[in-house]
Amino acid sequence: MQVPAPFEYERATTVDQAIGLLERLGSGARLVAGGHSLLPMMKLRLANFDYLIDINDLHTELGYIRPGPDELRIGALTRHRELLESAELAAAFPIFADAERVIADPVVRNRGTLGGSLCQADPSEDLSAVCTTLDASCVIRGPGGAERVVPMEEFHVGPYETAVGDAEILVEIRLPVRPGGGSAYEKVERRAGDWAVVSAGAAVWLDGGVVVDARAGLAAVGPNTTGIPGISALLRGRQPSEDLLEQAGAIAARSCDPVSDQRGSADYKRHLAAELTRRALRRAVERARS
Amino acid sequence: MQVTMTVNDVEVTREIEGRLLLVHFLRDVLGLTGTHWGCDTSNCGTCVVWLDGEPVKSCTVLAAMAGGHEVRTVEGLARGGELDPVQQGFMQCHGLQCGFCTPGMMMTARALLDRNPDPTEAEIREAISGQICRCTGYATIVRSVRWAAVHEAAAAAQVTETTESDDAGEIANAGQPAGSLS
Repeated sequence: MQVPAPFEYERATTVDQAIGLLERLGSGARLVAGGHSLLPMMKLRLANFDYLIDINDLHTELGYIRPGPDELRIGALTRHRELLESAELAAAFPIFADAERVIADPVVRNRGTLGGSLCQADPSEDLSAVCTTLDASCVIRGPGGAERVVPMEEFHVGPYETAVGDAEILVEIRLPVRPGGGSAYEKVERRAGDWAVVSAGAAVWLDGGVVVDARAGLAAVGPNTTGIPGISALLRGRQPSEDLLEQAGAIAARSCDPVSDQRGSADYKRHLAAELTRRALRRAVERARS
Repeated sequence: MQVTMTVNDVEVTREIEGRLLLVHFLRDVLGLTGTHWGCDTSNCGTCVVWLDGEPVKSCTVLAAMAGGHEVRTVEGLARGGELDPVQQGFMQCHGLQCGFCTPGMMMTARALLDRNPDPTEAEIREAISGQICRCTGYATIVRSVRWAAVHEAAAAAQVTETTESDDAGEIANAGQPAGSLS
């Protein structure tokens, strides 16, 4: 039987109360949302805490998807299932539905949250790659209601480590909205619902058939999900072509840093990085054109 | 710590450890052993119960997290002494062999039909894709859920004809075995 080590259970019903509890209980306290990454780690005693603060009641405050003219805002407690089923999100960023369909399984998706996924900071985690691809900003709230906005590339400071401080909580993800956009996600996994062997997200913005901007984000090929600036530089100002996508794939393979493990060899993962980046870019371009 | 929740329409209050998982609370504290405990890693899905009407894997939910919420288990699937159409479907279409995955499969199937009364085979397979059956190859499970969908639609058509509802079927039956067939 796998059971977490003993801890004191606390429950927060507002964001401010959660921050107050974190301040009072100190670094031995940890927030738990859906719990589908944290509780398995606690069962294996890979993670142990003195206090666990249940923030599921914050869903009323932090469970939302709000489209706006310049950015789309998603509350950190928004669950996978809500992300998958949101027509507004699918219209703005189809990459989310692509990714959500291959994250775990429908029952797990009833529970897991966007904020929990990002705060887990697992280098193989799909929504982190999605948010890297979309150049997301993370809104972190601390004591006294003070908020700071951290860009995605600074949010993960290492495997399983984020920019969120001891008495802080991730409250919102902001995704910049630009015209002419298309996005897509491609993943290879060993079996349905598993972590990625490698996955690639892509987003492109077109104006008159020319790439205004393009971004790619990869999971499971480095210490964190990886944005690849070289691909953006290659594609900007050009008309998308198969030859260009070929080059973009090659850049992805060169830019990443996979390790050989039970999911595959480093060489195989590099091959996947190239191929999945090409496929994701191809589909993103098709979507941007339609 | 003390936790109070509603299980199969009955309010229960117990003294528990914060680390107690919902699956063990249901089985060991409440004696509701219809919910099975399998892989312990949220992969196999035999522990699926409803939390506020949504299927969840109870090996990966703390009992404390269910405090103040509504839980429904396979024991609460039959209403008013009548098996749920999903349960009847599993009987009629041989939806189980060893039965280990069955409680979780049926809870997920019931939730699916509540949202989508006429699911395709692909939609059923997607809904149960987080749950493992090592006996049936899933074919008879899919057939069982389709059986329930078809018979529910037929029953609903009949009810609108007779305009007689049976709300008495909502009565709690926590702790009662869902079995006693026919």
